[in-house]
Amino acid sequence: MKHILNVLVQDRSGVLVRVAGLFSRRGYNINSLTVGSTENPGVSCMTIVVEGDDRIIEQVTKQLHKVVEVLKINDVTKEEYVGRELLMLKVLANKEDRVEIMHLCEIFRIKIVDINKKSFIIEATGTHSKLDAVEQAFRPFGIQKMSRTGIIAMVRGDKG
Amino acid sequence: MSTLAAGKINGAQAIIACLELENVDTVFSYPGGAVLSIFEALRESKQIKNVLTRTEQGATHAASGYARASAGAKAGVCIATSGPGATNLVTGLATAYMDSIPLVAITGQVSTAMIGTDAFQEIDITGITRPIVKHSYLVTNVNDLPQVIKEAFYLATTGRPGPVLIDVPKNVADSICKAEIPGRIDLPGYKPTFKGHRLKIQNACKLLQEAKKPLIYAGGGVVSAGAEELLQNLAHRLDAPVAVTLMGKAAYPFRDGYFIGMLGIHGAPAANLAVSECDVLLAIGARFDDRVTANVAEFAKEARIIHVDVDPAEIGKNVTSEVPIVGDAAAIIEVMLEFLDPAEHTAWRAKIESWRPLHSDVYEKANTGGQLHFREVIAELNRQTKGKAIVTTDVGQHQMVAAQFYQARHRGGFISSGGLGTMGYGFPAAVGAQLAARGEQVVCITGDGSFQMTMNELATAKAHNLPIKVILSNNSNLGMVRQLQKYYVQGNYFGIDLEGNPDFAKIAEAYDMAYFRLERPEDIETTLQAALAGNRLTLVECLIAKEEMVFPMVLNGTRLTDMVVAD
Repeated sequence: MKHILNVLVQDRSGVLVRVAGLFSRRGYNINSLTVGSTENPGVSCMTIVVEGDDRIIEQVTKQLHKVVEVLKINDVTKEEYVGRELLMLKVLANKEDRVEIMHLCEIFRIKIVDINKKSFIIEATGTHSKLDAVEQAFRPFGIQKMSRTGIIAMVRGDKG
Repeated sequence: MSTLAAGKINGAQAIIACLELENVDTVFSYPGGAVLSIFEALRESKQIKNVLTRTEQGATHAASGYARASAGAKAGVCIATSGPGATNLVTGLATAYMDSIPLVAITGQVSTAMIGTDAFQEIDITGITRPIVKHSYLVTNVNDLPQVIKEAFYLATTGRPGPVLIDVPKNVADSICKAEIPGRIDLPGYKPTFKGHRLKIQNACKLLQEAKKPLIYAGGGVVSAGAEELLQNLAHRLDAPVAVTLMGKAAYPFRDGYFIGMLGIHGAPAANLAVSECDVLLAIGARFDDRVTANVAEFAKEARIIHVDVDPAEIGKNVTSEVPIVGDAAAIIEVMLEFLDPAEHTAWRAKIESWRPLHSDVYEKANTGGQLHFREVIAELNRQTKGKAIVTTDVGQHQMVAAQFYQARHRGGFISSGGLGTMGYGFPAAVGAQLAARGEQVVCITGDGSFQMTMNELATAKAHNLPIKVILSNNSNLGMVRQLQKYYVQGNYFGIDLEGNPDFAKIAEAYDMAYFRLERPEDIETTLQAALAGNRLTLVECLIAKEEMVFPMVLNGTRLTDMVVAD
């Protein structure tokens, strides 16, 4: 099962490799890893998606806690949470396709952020499955480039 | 708190001043271009003795032996230069990491402006060592040094101890340091649990009180917590025998009938049988390592397990326990003793007693007349020293023989590479141990394979007049690998013949050692007496047959009760 771990870390050099290295060293697979700042200066949040049963996740969590810079770990998949990813894709936009592409963007409620003679850059945020759907929908037009981020997630309500 | 002459000293001087404030009295080192100023500051220290080893690996092992002979209270310190100096630390750091030994390693680095340019003797040592240290620092601002060093010693020695590496670029060591040592340590992400959860301890005690066949399984955590006496009180209170791991060999240094030997694939039959039959197993400071458990699914199958360890990640890693308790072994046993009533398990203990002679039984059968067996040498060493010598070992057959036949009665007195199994550990560790415990008898038990890996450190011992007694099992081949090849590759012996071995008498002569050759069993007693009585660096070379095996042996994938006991 997929788990999303929000790992709060002290923002010091080397902490990313320490955390990433731990996963490969212990034989755990990272599906995605996203790092960014938080409301506290000096504290970053790593959102790590890892697959495994409860025993593996428990080990991952305990091993992560041994990294000196790790302050707090929250398995958001245990709670009600909102999770979002960002996708950008450059899609071929021939004259005859442009209207349809714009129409699709409306349906998905996503944005065109750059227009070119031959292509659009489209920006989409959403859940993993929504972005999969976006990707599928635009594939027939010809995707020239695509880049997706990992997930960031937040627990609903007062918790987390 | 003003303790450094801040603003008047450079980074190197700050490092040495900080080491002095950490009560460091000995460092093991090897100099080089990137640590010139650190050595310049070290030269001026009146408190710190510098021990120049013959390789940086020797420095790490010596620092490890030093830490362990100081019974875990102190971190060993080693210093090496950048590049090859730093890479030579790798094996020693990994050895210390696997055995949870507190070390602080300081390496030189090229100047910050040169980092990343593949400069002469530049290597990314914090990168290389990341999986084998508890923590590491690359110090880029000289004013961070006092804090880093304070943190490093704290991290190395608290919680589950381990090695910490500090990489110091040359220009950082040369710059003026304006910082003071911080009054307190601020590591919000590092909070080792010392005291166990009282309710859980209470639950554990309930379980122990219900036990009919309790067994204590003690590991290195007992030694590093200094919980030996508490463990004895616990064993007596519960009337429970104590089996140990290799790292916990010195965890029960008492002659009171409760000690039943080492567990594991070369363990004592009584211990292996007891763990297979016990109904409650209390594991303290041990990690259910595969050399101990053999087939882990079959390990302690009848038992409800209580697992005490200072590292939460060890709990539930290899086995599931009914009562897990995170905390320092000493603190937890102390609370246990508050809750526990005296128990009596006469029948259970009598049964274990009936298994005890199995050990010698095996060897009676395997004995061939007139031949010198290394186990007899170690058994005699045990008799003559009463187990009170500090013993270091290398890795291989001699190590298992030492573990089986030497009953350590000295706190921290059995110093061996358990987790990593590092050949070449024994002699440099003995150098460190002897420097930590000048007045004690230090004996290095080694084999001809292991000894040759680091016997260059004989020069270090000679230079410091260390009266280490080396007992060398010379069987002219790599005996443990031979044993593995016998059982796992149908006796296709290959790559194990140590042809070209030196004349060890001449090695001894070259290093100004006392030398004894031991060939006949009838000479063991007098030879050891003479060797141990001396106050010189000594080599006792024991000529052992190639074919000698270590039994019992539990083969891969089988249970602890399936011990192979003879050829």
